[in-house]
Amino acid sequence: MTDTPSDHIRNFSIIAHIDHGKSTLADRLIQSTGALTSREMTEQVLDNMELEKERGITIKAQTVRLTYVAKNGETYILNLMDTPGHVDFAYEVSRSLAACEGSLLVVDASQGVEAQTLANVYQAIDAHHEIVPVLNKIDLPAAEVDRVKQQIEDVIGLDTSDALMISAKTGIGIDTVLEALVHRLPAPQGDAHAPLKALLVDSWYDQYLGVVILVRIKDGRMKRGQRIRMMSNNAVHHIEQIGVFSPRMVPVDDLGPGEIGYITAAIKTVADCNIGDTITDERNPTAEALAGFKPSIPVVWCGLFPIDADDFEKLRDSLGKLRLNDASFHYEPESSAALGFGYRCGFLGLLHLEIIQERLSREFDLDLIATAPSVVYRVHRTNGAMEELHNPADMPDPSVIDHIEEPWIKATIMVPDEYLGSVLTLCNERRGQQADLTYVGNRAMAVYRLPLNEVVFDFYDRLKSVSRGYASFDYAMDGYEEGDLVRISILVNAEPVDALSFIAHRSQADTRGRSICSKLKDLIPRQLFKIPIQAAIGGKVIARETISAMSKDVTAKCYGGDISRKRKLLDKQKEGKKRMRQFGKVEIPQSAFLAALKMDA
Amino acid sequence: MEPFALYIHWPFCLSKCPYCDFNSHVRERLDQSRFAAALRQELAWEAARLGRRPLGSIFFGGGTPSLMEPQTVADLLADAARLFDPVADIEITLEANPTSVEAGRLAAFRQAGVNRVSLGIQSLHGDALKMLGRQHSAAQAVAALEIARKLFPRVSFDLIYARPGQTEAAWRAELRQALALASDHLSLYQLTIEPGTAFEALHRRGEIVLPDSDAGAALYDATAEEAANFGLLPYEVSNYAAPGRESRHNLTYWRYGEYAGIGPGAHGRVQVDGTLRATRRHRAPEPWAERVERDGHGSTDEERVAPPERAREMLLMGLRLTEGIDEARFLARTGIAMDDAIDPRVLDQAIDADYMVRRNGRLCATPEGRKRLDSLLAALVA
Ligand SMILES: Nc1nc2c(ncn2[C@@H]2O[C@H](COP(=O)(O)OP(=O)(O)O)[C@@H](O)[C@H]2O)c(=O)[nH]1
Ligand SMILES: C[S@@+](CC[C@H](N)C(=O)[O-])C[C@H]1O[C@@H](n2cnc3c(N)ncnc32)[C@H](O)[C@@H]1O
Ligand code: SF4
Ligand SMILES: [Mg+2]
Repeated sequence: MTDTPSDHIRNFSIIAHIDHGKSTLADRLIQSTGALTSREMTEQVLDNMELEKERGITIKAQTVRLTYVAKNGETYILNLMDTPGHVDFAYEVSRSLAACEGSLLVVDASQGVEAQTLANVYQAIDAHHEIVPVLNKIDLPAAEVDRVKQQIEDVIGLDTSDALMISAKTGIGIDTVLEALVHRLPAPQGDAHAPLKALLVDSWYDQYLGVVILVRIKDGRMKRGQRIRMMSNNAVHHIEQIGVFSPRMVPVDDLGPGEIGYITAAIKTVADCNIGDTITDERNPTAEALAGFKPSIPVVWCGLFPIDADDFEKLRDSLGKLRLNDASFHYEPESSAALGFGYRCGFLGLLHLEIIQERLSREFDLDLIATAPSVVYRVHRTNGAMEELHNPADMPDPSVIDHIEEPWIKATIMVPDEYLGSVLTLCNERRGQQADLTYVGNRAMAVYRLPLNEVVFDFYDRLKSVSRGYASFDYAMDGYEEGDLVRISILVNAEPVDALSFIAHRSQADTRGRSICSKLKDLIPRQLFKIPIQAAIGGKVIARETISAMSKDVTAKCYGGDISRKRKLLDKQKEGKKRMRQFGKVEIPQSAFLAALKMDA
Repeated sequence: MEPFALYIHWPFCLSKCPYCDFNSHVRERLDQSRFAAALRQELAWEAARLGRRPLGSIFFGGGTPSLMEPQTVADLLADAARLFDPVADIEITLEANPTSVEAGRLAAFRQAGVNRVSLGIQSLHGDALKMLGRQHSAAQAVAALEIARKLFPRVSFDLIYARPGQTEAAWRAELRQALALASDHLSLYQLTIEPGTAFEALHRRGEIVLPDSDAGAALYDATAEEAANFGLLPYEVSNYAAPGRESRHNLTYWRYGEYAGIGPGAHGRVQVDGTLRATRRHRAPEPWAERVERDGHGSTDEERVAPPERAREMLLMGLRLTEGIDEARFLARTGIAMDDAIDPRVLDQAIDADYMVRRNGRLCATPEGRKRLDSLLAALVA
């Protein structure tokens, strides 16, 4: 099974904007090469996790080894690498692409090029891939093959004269895809006799096997029982199992150059496996590692707190379990006067944040409050020191701050031209700087530089609503820049509520301060006493609202003897107060925070 | 020794009102003499363990005690007078429903020794009485009230307001009419949806909508204003009286004095063998009677009331009163000093907000504080 010469191996990935048909095409390829019988086929075989299936996104890189007998009578091994398509996982995508020599660029012929198409194709170009354009969904009456071909040429600069026309759904053109893989993609290069050099593409935690590592062999061979070394941290492991995905895990004795497969090596957590790392033989190491791995750095942070304080331990255990499988996600304990004990968690992006939150509630049955997401600021103190700020609550006193830098992104937005005006207005409101604006037919492509801070604050939702859902969006991190940033504290009954403070550009401070005060006013139920709500920058109040006192709450008839019942009712009310958070002399039900924070998230 | 109060419960009514969660039952045929005997027997049992002590008031409540045979009332009063030491000006109240049948027996109750009646008039509007499921008309109620005022030195009546759809203007008009008929005491209750009642089901389905808390507050303020024009002042959350004409029996509850309760479902707070006990009687009438016949009493689950519970109960009751709580009495009755029973920070804030005042050795809720007493108590009690 593994003695395939590398010239009979093709490693490829499929890149596409969401919903353009990547998973459907993969299913079709698996089916038509007979890797799974039709009985075994479930739809979207590659998307394992329930959440992935539901949302149609792939979080972990997956791979399938297909055996294909080509029209020339030769048998080829086709390794399909399914990559996470979302920008949050950009580094993982680039590592997955580094494991392949070519890509199928799938574009929905009824939609055309979208923002993620672009982001992914540029990564494939960076990885020196041979790219085969594939127009999918040609069965649809709305398919505009010529227009979309033209668009691919104009926007991406790829020659589309040999583009494939397929329908992944009906199966039209699937054979041409398989033939193109064999004849248009290069075979992997590699020296079977050189010392082992393998790329660590991805890793995940399997309940039965422990940590499973996905590898691509560049040079040498990898075998069961071999002692291997991870070059980034010099950790040494002993290969216990080695195999390929067909797509089921099938053990083999060894893997040679050009091959993609898995190993297990009694590794405890995926945090010990750095994506992009080079794996070599412990005794006969390679001289040079592959182009360096980079640890994934969280760009968005938020606090996660259990709604029920008794769930804190459960949250800690659940985060630990998630981290077993997702090393890109970080967490550290945090305590908040408003929300109690929880964790400050770092994510690769907003989708990542959303996924983790959803998994916590779904797989671990935890009810959580998430504080508003915050980006990582660089605070330069007057004494020259610089610190990274993950939590607005930790912002030092303005008197010791020299300046603050915030992260920027470069965003690509594709939108039908009738909505362009509103999209540009939105970007300008968010302090965007236009970098490029081009038209392709009746679609516009706007490239903007935007502060990430402005994007984590309900940008997606606004973009969707101003474009009626037609805009597509993608971004890449684009450095840090100094900004006139201020921390806005929210004071309830004159006391700052740590969990509600946030950082904003000075020009947005008033509007955002007013909006959160008025939201809180509507959300916090009237209390025994009236409660002032203020937004302030330092000592200066920028917005103010008052929740008036409740007007009446008294039992009308209370005489006769049964005061035990009334007393027990009172005892119960006291019990209920435990779920309230104390602000000075005011108590606020936790549900109000939940609602206030939800509206921003 | 402070005189104690005696409550006697009569658990039967002609029909069950849809808002009512009192221990009241409808029986097609009723063996009055059996219940009369059981009440007398239980009174004797209670007296035996209480010993002779001064008795300040007796209250026949229900249910509908005006359906009792006047002779039963006379017998119970005679027993009480024999078993205890009634104070000279003992207050003896009987709750009466203003149907014509019952109006006809008022003279006999007076004869038996009752010196105060409390009439459940509820409303002076026919449609409201219908809505409330009452068995009497407004005219019958007014007639019963006139008879009562001629017969009894003290008469009070009850009204229920903040009814569905009731405007402030309509309530003011109805209340003025009622005040013109009133003597020196009124109980004015905002309609409350009680668990397990027919109204609760309607309310849940949205078929009964009560005024919201702002409207309720406005109605409450209007009530006090109108009553004051007739010289009746709120001495408790829902009770209004000319000075000196308050219900002494009910004051005993609110001042956390001692009271004994006999009859089905009756509660008491009495000192027995040096400890304060919460006493309770079996609720269902027939099983209660069986127990009395078998054991001499229908008492169940008596508990000692520990000092922290006493403190909460006394706060809960006492702050309903305009006069508030005498702090020395609080310490004497509960064994806990006021400062240890309440959260001082909440007290400060409540004083700032003009919900409470503390002066001359008393802690009182202001009218604004009383209006929000349930929340205030939840925050205040330590
Ligand atoms: N009509 C038509 N629908 C397709 C075709 N390929 C995929 N789809 C549908 O497009 C949707 C998105 O496909 P999917 O494979 O999940 O896209 P992915 O997000 O790129 O993985 C699904 O509803 C598919 O059934 C096609 O060739 N023709
Ligand atoms: C023991 S009850 C009834 C006395 C007597 N059986 C009657 O109906 O007239 C005493 C008073 O409580 C009041 N009441 C009873 N249920 C009420 C409720 N759900 N809401 C407001 N007041 C209520 C009525 O005014 C009633 O007269
Ligand atoms: S309100 Fe009075 S008459 Fe009506 S059921 Fe209750 S106790 Fe009986
Ligand atoms: Mg998919």
